[in-house]
Amino acid sequence: MSKPRDQRAWLLVLPVVALVAFSALIPVMTVVNYSLQDTFGNNVFFWNGLGWFRDLLDPATEFGGRFRGALWRTLLFSALCLLIEVPLGIGVALTLPRRGWGVAASLVLLALPLLIPWNVVGTIWQVFGRGDIGLLGAALNGLGIDYNYAQDPLDAWITVVLMDVWHWTSLVVLLCYAGLRAIPDAYYQAARVDGAGAWAVFRAIQLPKLQRVLTIAVLLRFMDSFMIYTEPFVVTGGGPGNATTFLSIDLVKIALGQFDLGKAAAMSIVYNLIVLTVCWIFFATTTRGQSEAVGERS
Amino acid sequence: MSEARPRTMAAAPALPALHRPAREGALRAALPRLVLGLYLLFLLVPIYWLVNMSFKTNLEISSAMTLWPREPTLDNYRRIFTDPSWYGGYINSLKYVLLNTAISLAVALPAAYAFSRYRFLGDKHLFFWLLSNRMAPPAVFALPFFQLYSAVGLFDTPWAVALAHCVFNVPLAVWILEGFMSGVPREIDETAAIDGWSFPAFFIRLFLPLVAGGVGVAGFFCFMFSWVELLLARTLTTVNAKPIVATMTRTVSAAGMDWGLLAAAGVLTIIPGAVVIWFVRNHIARGFALGRV
Repeated sequence: MSKPRDQRAWLLVLPVVALVAFSALIPVMTVVNYSLQDTFGNNVFFWNGLGWFRDLLDPATEFGGRFRGALWRTLLFSALCLLIEVPLGIGVALTLPRRGWGVAASLVLLALPLLIPWNVVGTIWQVFGRGDIGLLGAALNGLGIDYNYAQDPLDAWITVVLMDVWHWTSLVVLLCYAGLRAIPDAYYQAARVDGAGAWAVFRAIQLPKLQRVLTIAVLLRFMDSFMIYTEPFVVTGGGPGNATTFLSIDLVKIALGQFDLGKAAAMSIVYNLIVLTVCWIFFATTTRGQSEAVGERS
Repeated sequence: MSEARPRTMAAAPALPALHRPAREGALRAALPRLVLGLYLLFLLVPIYWLVNMSFKTNLEISSAMTLWPREPTLDNYRRIFTDPSWYGGYINSLKYVLLNTAISLAVALPAAYAFSRYRFLGDKHLFFWLLSNRMAPPAVFALPFFQLYSAVGLFDTPWAVALAHCVFNVPLAVWILEGFMSGVPREIDETAAIDGWSFPAFFIRLFLPLVAGGVGVAGFFCFMFSWVELLLARTLTTVNAKPIVATMTRTVSAAGMDWGLLAAAGVLTIIPGAVVIWFVRNHIARGFALGRV
C-alpha cells in the first residue's frame, strides 16, 4: 500500500523548514559569501574569487599543505575508530543478556559514556592518562612503558583513539543489540535443528539481519569521528606539535583564533562537502540492495 | 588500544579450555559474561577515577596515587554549590537543553507525521537536506552563528544555543519519529477521520499516545546531543548564559590546576544524563535503532 500524494503535507513540514532554514541556510550563505572574499579586518572586504579554494586544493601552498595534513589525520582517525568500534561493538552486543535484570543494568551502564559532555570526556581522559595523577598513565609508567601523551605523538594518538573507543563503542553496541533483539526466535530454532554452530548462526542469520542498523552505526560513527573537535582539543589541544590537529580543530583555529574569515569559510565548504559526499556514497551503495526489499514491502 | 589489547588477551586463555568436554558447557556460558564484564569495567574505570578524584584534596591528588580518598572531603562539591558562577552554569545549561528539546519535538512531530503518511513534492530531497544538516561539522557553523545571533540580539541568551542546537537535533528527531510513526497502521488515521475527529484533536489525543515511546526516545536524543555539545554553546555565550561546559574549560586554563574542583564539576555533569537514561531504559534498545528495525 503506497502513501497517498497530498501537497497539503507541506503545511506540516513548514515549521521544520523555516527553523532549519533560519539556522542553517543563513549561515551557509554567510560562509559562501566569505569564502570568495578577503579581509584585513574592520569589516572591509575584497573580492577574491576562487583564490582561497585554489590555495586550499594546492598542497604546495602553506594553507593547502596545512589542510592536506589535517585531512589525512582526520581520515586516519575516522578509519581507526570505525575499524575498532564496529567489530568490538558487534562482539559486545552478542554477549549482552537477552532477558533478566542484567539487561536494564547493562544498557544503562553502556549508555553512560554517551551522555557525558564531550569536554568532560576530554577531561576524564586528560586526567586518566597523565603520568603524575592519572591511573592509566601511572600504571603504564609503573610497568616500565614510556607513555606520555603530551609529548609523544604516538602516545597522543593512542590516547585519543582509545578515548573515542571508550566514548562511542556503546552506540554501536546499543544499535546492534536493538537489531539482534528484532530477530525472531524461529530463526534460532531452525538453526538449532540444522545443528549450526555459533559462527554459522552469526554469519547466516545475525550479520545479515544487522545490516540496517550497521549502516546507521557506520554512518553516525563516520560523521561524528570526522567532525570531532572537543575531546581531542581538551586532551591534547591538537598537539604535540600538529600530531592530533584534526580538520575541525584547525578550522576553529583559523576562524575564531586568527579571524581569517575567507580561508576558514573556504575550508568549511570543502570540509562539509567531503562529509556529505562520503555519507551519500556510503548510503547509496549500502541501501541499493535493501531498496528492492523495501519496494516489495510497501 | 594499549588497554584494548590486555583485555582480549585476558579473554584468550579461556578459549583452549572450551575443548575440555567436562567443563565445556560452563565455560561457554561464562565467556560472554566475562567479555561483557571486562568491557563494562573498561567503561567504568575512567569514571571511577574522576569520582575518586572529586573527593580528594588537591594536596592528595598531586602528592600520592591513592585508589580511594584517604581523607575524603566534600569541599570541591561545596564550592560548586555555593559559588553562583559554578551552579549558575548548570542552570544555564539545563535552560537551553530543555528549550531545545521542546522546540525540536514541537516542530519535528508534525513534520515526521507528514513524512510517514504522505508523498509530496520534493519529499525525498527535503528529507535528505534535513539530514545533511546533521552532517555539517559544528565548527563550520561556529562563526556564522556568532554573527547571526549577535545581529538578531539573541547572543548570550539560552535561545541562541537552543536554536543553534536545532540544526542537528531537529533532523534527528524527525528521523526517529518518522520511524516510530510508520509503525502505526494508517487505518487508525482513516477510522478517526470517518468518526469525525478533527486533525489536531486526532493528532494530540489519539495519535500521540500511540507513539509516546518514540517521543520519549527522540526527546532523549535531543537532550543528550544538546547537553554534551560544547563548541556552539561556548561560542554563543559570554557571561549571562554561560553553560557549565564552558565554565569548566575556562577554569582549566586558569593559573594552577584545581583538579579536585574540575573532577567534582565533571561528576555533576554526568548525573542529569544518568537520570534521563534511567527513565528511557526500557525504550533505549528500540530507540537506538531509530524506530524501525
